[in-house]
Amino acid sequence: MYAKSFQRPKSLFGEFSRKSGDHLTTHYCPGCGHGNLHKYIAEAIDELGMQDRTVLVNPVGCSVFAYYYFDVGNIQVPHGRAPAAATAVKRALPDSLVISYQGDGDLAAIGGNEILHCANRGENITVFFVNNAIYGMTGGQMAPTTLLGQRTSTSPTGRQILEEGFPMHVSELLASLEGPSYIERVGLFDNKSRMRARKAVKKGLQNQIEGRGFSLIEVLSPCPTGWGLTPTDACNWVKENLLPVFPLGVIKDVTADRENWNRRRLEVTPERVAEVLGITHATAEKRTATWTDSNVATCYRDPRIKLAGFGGQGVLFLGKLLAEVGMREGFNVSWLPSYGPEMRGGTANCAVNISTLPVGSPLISDPSVLIATNRPSLDKFAPEVVSGGVILYDSSLIDTAPTRDDVEVLAVPATAIADSIGSPKVANIVMLGAYIGLTNVLPKERVVAVIESMTKKKALVELNIKAIDAGIEHASKAHVAEDSWAV
Amino acid sequence: MAQELIKGNEAVVKAAIMAGCRSFYGYPITPASEIAEAAARYFHESGGTFLQAESEVGAINMVYGAASCGERTMTASSGPGISLMQEGISYLAGSELPCVIVDIMRGGPGLGNIAPEQADYHQVVKGGGHGSYHTIVLAPNSAQEMCDLTFLAFELADRVRNPAIVLADGFIGQMMEPVEFPDRMVEPDDKPWAVHGDAETRKNLITSIYLSPEDLERHVRHLETKYALETDGIAMCEKYHTGDAEFLVIGYGIVSRVLKTAVDHAREMGIKVGLLRPITLWPFPTVQIAYEANYVKSMLVVELSTGQLVDDVRLAVNGEIPVRFYSRVGGVVPTTDELLTQIIKASEADHVRKVVPAAEESLWGV
Ligand SMILES: Cc1ncc(C[n+]2csc(CCOP(=O)(O)OP(=O)(O)O)c2C)c(N)n1
Ligand code: SF4
Repeated sequence: MYAKSFQRPKSLFGEFSRKSGDHLTTHYCPGCGHGNLHKYIAEAIDELGMQDRTVLVNPVGCSVFAYYYFDVGNIQVPHGRAPAAATAVKRALPDSLVISYQGDGDLAAIGGNEILHCANRGENITVFFVNNAIYGMTGGQMAPTTLLGQRTSTSPTGRQILEEGFPMHVSELLASLEGPSYIERVGLFDNKSRMRARKAVKKGLQNQIEGRGFSLIEVLSPCPTGWGLTPTDACNWVKENLLPVFPLGVIKDVTADRENWNRRRLEVTPERVAEVLGITHATAEKRTATWTDSNVATCYRDPRIKLAGFGGQGVLFLGKLLAEVGMREGFNVSWLPSYGPEMRGGTANCAVNISTLPVGSPLISDPSVLIATNRPSLDKFAPEVVSGGVILYDSSLIDTAPTRDDVEVLAVPATAIADSIGSPKVANIVMLGAYIGLTNVLPKERVVAVIESMTKKKALVELNIKAIDAGIEHASKAHVAEDSWAV
Repeated sequence: MAQELIKGNEAVVKAAIMAGCRSFYGYPITPASEIAEAAARYFHESGGTFLQAESEVGAINMVYGAASCGERTMTASSGPGISLMQEGISYLAGSELPCVIVDIMRGGPGLGNIAPEQADYHQVVKGGGHGSYHTIVLAPNSAQEMCDLTFLAFELADRVRNPAIVLADGFIGQMMEPVEFPDRMVEPDDKPWAVHGDAETRKNLITSIYLSPEDLERHVRHLETKYALETDGIAMCEKYHTGDAEFLVIGYGIVSRVLKTAVDHAREMGIKVGLLRPITLWPFPTVQIAYEANYVKSMLVVELSTGQLVDDVRLAVNGEIPVRFYSRVGGVVPTTDELLTQIIKASEADHVRKVVPAAEESLWGV
């Protein structure tokens, strides 16, 4: 507790009007370390001329109400999460001075993960870590920093190694990471130690202003109330009991080698953003496709297409290609993949709707077209095809034809054809050629245009065009031969 | 605007950036990871921040920090991750911070699976966190709506100063459809209450703690009033063939898409059925549903949970007509035929029924 009378730093309010009741004294107990630390931080902010630019992230703990006192921008956050919130504040406001102020329960217990990762990222913020070896706010329960044998309300017979483990040396732990720049432990128990603390506080803040990365000052701080001691005895207790376990000093300091650790966002214009996102103004009128006037037989219109095969055969890509071409033709389209373990197991399938009407269900349980490139897929989906539908399958890889006689079946030796024109990889495109050759659902030129817009490599485009042509040719030959199939 | 064939999950990110969102903080989880991946591709290049947090707890508190600074910010996750975010969501609502959270639902409880379910309804719509608060909840059913409703979510979040959640399922996120994006980037209004790290906002305080019961009561009443005033009239639903319907089916997300096709088939068979699809889940289209209850004989709610949305429909209908329920869970999505069968069954029951004994209704639950 500090009295209002001695020189008050500007960064602390003169009157604590956010506090209920008495506006002149703090809510901290007499002899509590928080008050001293507040003062040192405020003085340093003043000296650095940063009052307007400071953002204090208030924890949950006795210092939850630090904003009663600090006349700076204040954000109060959930228990333990100050380093996460402070990270985002600093990213949003790189020119501000961001302080995460936390107790040992807040930082070392519930917020262990947040401080660990914030330190590891080397966020350019300053953390003040008040180690009083106890939970003050909730009435004196055990903290991760509670000493062995120390009695608290949740370690009533004293902390035991085999029950609660060892007191945690958070600063040493964090110092073992590469991320942090500066970690020092200081104490608040006599004038000398307070002088040292003052200096460390300022350095921690100065580092941030200079963009030197993550600084953490651990402060061994008396909690007379939690420890059941007078203020004087509490100071002695720090010296006699905490100090041997938590030695003071600089634990890590690589600030001299660190510059430009402040993260700044790219400055971009709205035009550039649209460009990054690929959002363009339409030049052409939106097309609306119809089947009337087309040479597409009624049974092939508004296809509900199931594409299935092994992962790696390109059936998902083929589906996307069909949907993309359909969309550019002015149809309503949808593409829905199977996903998850099914995909990892080696088979993949997707469902594509190409329709003159808005697509209702994107799921297809009654396909009018099945394009199957492996045996399990053909076996699985052939029975689902509607009567009068179409089945195309890669007959280079599947040796038995489907047994249905109420659907049109086109065997396409796609892999063999693809091989003969240069690469088995375009077997999927041969299937596509066969499908459009058979049905006329989509014009070849538009398919080619889409492929051209997707690949820059000219050789690849040419190979794909060859594959489409080969597929179309196969379909037309087969179709003539099997004219009797017409349904 | 040109159309782009794009996954719902990616549309969310582009829409968010066009809505002026400056930061994305997230943690990977299927089937929402594609959102984080798209954010990683686009946010930095667009002059924003993308950061993969240490956990969903970290992510939501980063969102809290960013929102405190007055910037538009977001995260995305799925069931288990949303569960972890609940404390943070409660704090965001308590501190009156706007943000957008996207939940791409998967199967639960526990680790469940990654197939589409709709069982996050309660934890999202009713608020899984502590305290008297609400979140605005929007439920897209197409890639276009993943774009449009994400965009709207930012507007509503700012207007109400509260988190807004886009609640979708694995299919709506994974599906590719043509999307037209807004072609002008929004410049959000300045937020004078935020902390900007400057002289003008130095006195600003973001907090949710009100130590005295009287103060907290005043604050909670303020939130309550705010919700009532600021969300008045924003409840939305889509109606399909409801004009002459004798019977309604109700569903959201992927279910509504399957229902739409089933309704088309039923109509071809001469069944006078309509579809009502809630677009906002909170505020809920209570008035619209109550209104329809005056004109139809019964309703059938279909959802991918053991019954969450159906509770709100029953509250809206208030016992005026029977509300039946059909569900699939575990990631099984009903087929069009399956729902058509349910529609036929329900409509037949209505033509013969005078008064169905209450006990009989439970037979409908599957
Ligand atoms: C999620 C959650 N769990 C528990 C609490 C209760 N709680 C408030 S402060 C606190 C411990 C504070 O101890 P410390 O961080 O050491 O700060 P001190 O009060 O000693 O300054 C706890 C457990 C809470 N507010 N939120
Ligand atoms: S309980 Fe301890 S930490 Fe809390 S105000 Fe009192 S002395 Fe300070």
